[in-house]
Amino acid sequence: MANYEVHEYDVLVVGAGGAGLRAAIEASSMGVTVGLVCKSLLGKAHTVMAEGGVAAALANVDEQDGWETHFCDTMNGGKMMNNWRMAQLHAQEAPDRVRELERWGAVFDRTKDGKILQRAFGGHKWKRLCHVGDRTGLEMIRTLQDRGVHQGITVYMECAITRLLKDGNKVSGAFGYFREDGRYVLFKAKAIVLATGGVGKSFPVTSNSWEYTGDGHALAYDAGAQLIDMEFVQFHPTGMVWPPGVRGILVTEGVRGEGGILRNSKGERFMFKYLPEATRNDYAETEEEAKIWVDAAIRGEKTQARRPPELSTRDNVARSIYLEVKAGRGSPHGGVFLDISYQDPDRVKKKLPSMYHQFKELADVDITQQPMEVGPTMHYIMGGVRVDADTAESQVPGLFAAGEVSGGMHGGNRLGGNSLSDLIVFGRRAGAGAAEYAKKHTAAPSIVDDQIKAAIDEMEAPFNRKDGKNPYELQRKMHEIMSTYVGIFREENDLKKGISLLEALKEEIKQVSISGTKTYNPGWHMCRDLRNMIICSEAIARSALSRTESRGAHSRLDYTETDPEQQKSNTAIFQDGDSMKLEKTPTPVMPEELKKLFVKKEPANA
Amino acid sequence: MREAVMKVFRGTDSGSGEFKTYKVPIEEGMVVLDAIHYIQGYLDPELAVRWNCKAAKCGSCSAEVNGHPALMCKSRMDHFPEGQEITVEPIKTFPLVKDLVTDVSWNYEVNKKIPAFKPSENADWTFMQEDIERVQEFRKCIECFLCQNVCHVLRDHDRKDVFYGPRFFVRMAGLEMHPLDTENRAGILKDQAGLGYCNITKCCTEVCPEEIHITDNAIIPLKERVVDEFYDPVAKLFKTIFGKKK
Repeated sequence: MANYEVHEYDVLVVGAGGAGLRAAIEASSMGVTVGLVCKSLLGKAHTVMAEGGVAAALANVDEQDGWETHFCDTMNGGKMMNNWRMAQLHAQEAPDRVRELERWGAVFDRTKDGKILQRAFGGHKWKRLCHVGDRTGLEMIRTLQDRGVHQGITVYMECAITRLLKDGNKVSGAFGYFREDGRYVLFKAKAIVLATGGVGKSFPVTSNSWEYTGDGHALAYDAGAQLIDMEFVQFHPTGMVWPPGVRGILVTEGVRGEGGILRNSKGERFMFKYLPEATRNDYAETEEEAKIWVDAAIRGEKTQARRPPELSTRDNVARSIYLEVKAGRGSPHGGVFLDISYQDPDRVKKKLPSMYHQFKELADVDITQQPMEVGPTMHYIMGGVRVDADTAESQVPGLFAAGEVSGGMHGGNRLGGNSLSDLIVFGRRAGAGAAEYAKKHTAAPSIVDDQIKAAIDEMEAPFNRKDGKNPYELQRKMHEIMSTYVGIFREENDLKKGISLLEALKEEIKQVSISGTKTYNPGWHMCRDLRNMIICSEAIARSALSRTESRGAHSRLDYTETDPEQQKSNTAIFQDGDSMKLEKTPTPVMPEELKKLFVKKEPANA
Repeated sequence: MREAVMKVFRGTDSGSGEFKTYKVPIEEGMVVLDAIHYIQGYLDPELAVRWNCKAAKCGSCSAEVNGHPALMCKSRMDHFPEGQEITVEPIKTFPLVKDLVTDVSWNYEVNKKIPAFKPSENADWTFMQEDIERVQEFRKCIECFLCQNVCHVLRDHDRKDVFYGPRFFVRMAGLEMHPLDTENRAGILKDQAGLGYCNITKCCTEVCPEEIHITDNAIIPLKERVVDEFYDPVAKLFKTIFGKKK
């Protein structure tokens, strides 16, 4: 058996984006030993790409705001599929977590009276997103990174985890390899926090980086945890569409938050006609009213005018853009136009500096002079590991999950800005949950040798197969399947076809091979990542097939209506022997005092 | 279809490594990182490269393109004359791991030595936008380490033992100029960080993809701070009587 190095911690955190770092900081502050593993260099995780802001009802700009409204917005945005308790904790705790970041050195943009400035975003009733221009994620990850560094957390960079190890029914460690030289490593741990992010690399057009191969989803699934709500995949309405090399790269919702206007090729401001009846009254009725709102927002003044229709929820805006393009009213490269050029160029450069540079340098477009071309891009998965709301523990004892890899918080559709707040609220809770667990379970974790041998054999196999399949070619096949059959609009026959193709691809993946050495060999790494991607792809397709309605980010061509009955159950995916099983489990029912919050305002289901 | 000829450094040792030539079809708007991905995906799955966001936000894909230090995700192929070979090689100041990947872990060790943000205890956390503009400029840094790569003190003289490099002067400037910070880093800047080794040639500023004015806005004011602290007798007397900075 190949050699491997061994480390032991009370708590091992897998993933060093916002959730992983916050979890590690919390666990470490509770006096347990903490190891932190990340697939990239520290500070490069997906959080760094978050742009628009972190949602927290600080009420610095709109004093009417409070956690109750944030809670209702989140549940309405999630089409009431959310775990209400997670949404409640999130809305209640986000303000403290943001203030905490500031005390740790984050420097947010300011209001005129020197408080944290907040901007408007889709589906949020009030101006709620604390931000730093359009690089809020960078500010957050750097702040957490520096805080963590000074707290004695040991970081293992460019290290990928391939297996969770168990002692009986509880986790006892994790096995993986270092990308740099391919050496194997065993982490013994009493508790493990998964904070591995999402699954975007199953799709060809995505705002996600190479890291997003659903590692945590697959590790948890393999370890016996359930994945819930996997049918809910968020397509961000505004990704770049041109030139081809940048297709899918994110254009922050902050552009619309700052007054960006969506138009089709006929010059029509089409979002007015796509507002759902239930929330139509929250949005401006005319271009004039929308303009009054934007002008007031720019001057930092109050107004009775309602917000522009572009600030509808992401699922709705993405669908609307798709339909406009499909109807032949798209831009030259198959998107629509997003225009902020009517505003003062200096203000645009100040509020959206990285968008200005991104378009100028990558697309030869000056956004202060001309509109951008944008279209939907796979951005986020609402589904993930089923966890307890308060502790973030999964159904596998000792295994915790926070951030995008967890499920339940965002239900059927996530509101922009609710991800960064999710990371810090539930990152902290997962770190605390794991530390508490580790303190209670004092026995050293025990490791079964057979499990290590199986893990090593799996990693060695691609080198030993001659004339096997090229991993990149298999990934392209998966992209083709997912974009053709499991895209933004779904239908029974497509999904069934997609599932059978994924089944066939699964067999091909078993024949994947690579040559060369283990020294920084991305092809070898991809061989292993493919397995995670196919698990997530299959879970998405099967969950999508089972939900015979349209709700939030899940749109069915054959079931276009929302079916109130189907709000009552979440879709749960789990492993049963070699096959993937699906079951419907009851959606947690909200207590009466929270239900009352919805009564006085608009009906549920925005 | 038009093709680009890419000469890419391959190997695990800068001495024995060599440039391999690949032909890559050109698409409109393509960047060098796209060409590298094409090579990985279709020609050579073992080619090692670091990248994440592909949108100049993470600072992972630093390399030297035609000898010029740059982010590959921002280097447009159509900025090079048609027909000209494009060479891509790893940044030079850090030890080679393989192909385009270098070992930049030294930077993370340096970061640990920088005294953390220490806000004043009775702060009310109100401060004005104009008071943080400069700090926000420094906090734009994406840690691509291109400034470290081109700094003479590190690149030519390899003084990693006595010098932190421009990236960490920017980081310390961001802390020092925070309106609520109370820590004093002048001693570290002068001694361990080796600020005096910088002879302000501005190479770092020139390569910064975030256009941070590293020399003018971070390094020179820090140098002034060190001078005030250690070499200005009047200021020293003033401080002895009225207390430390801020």
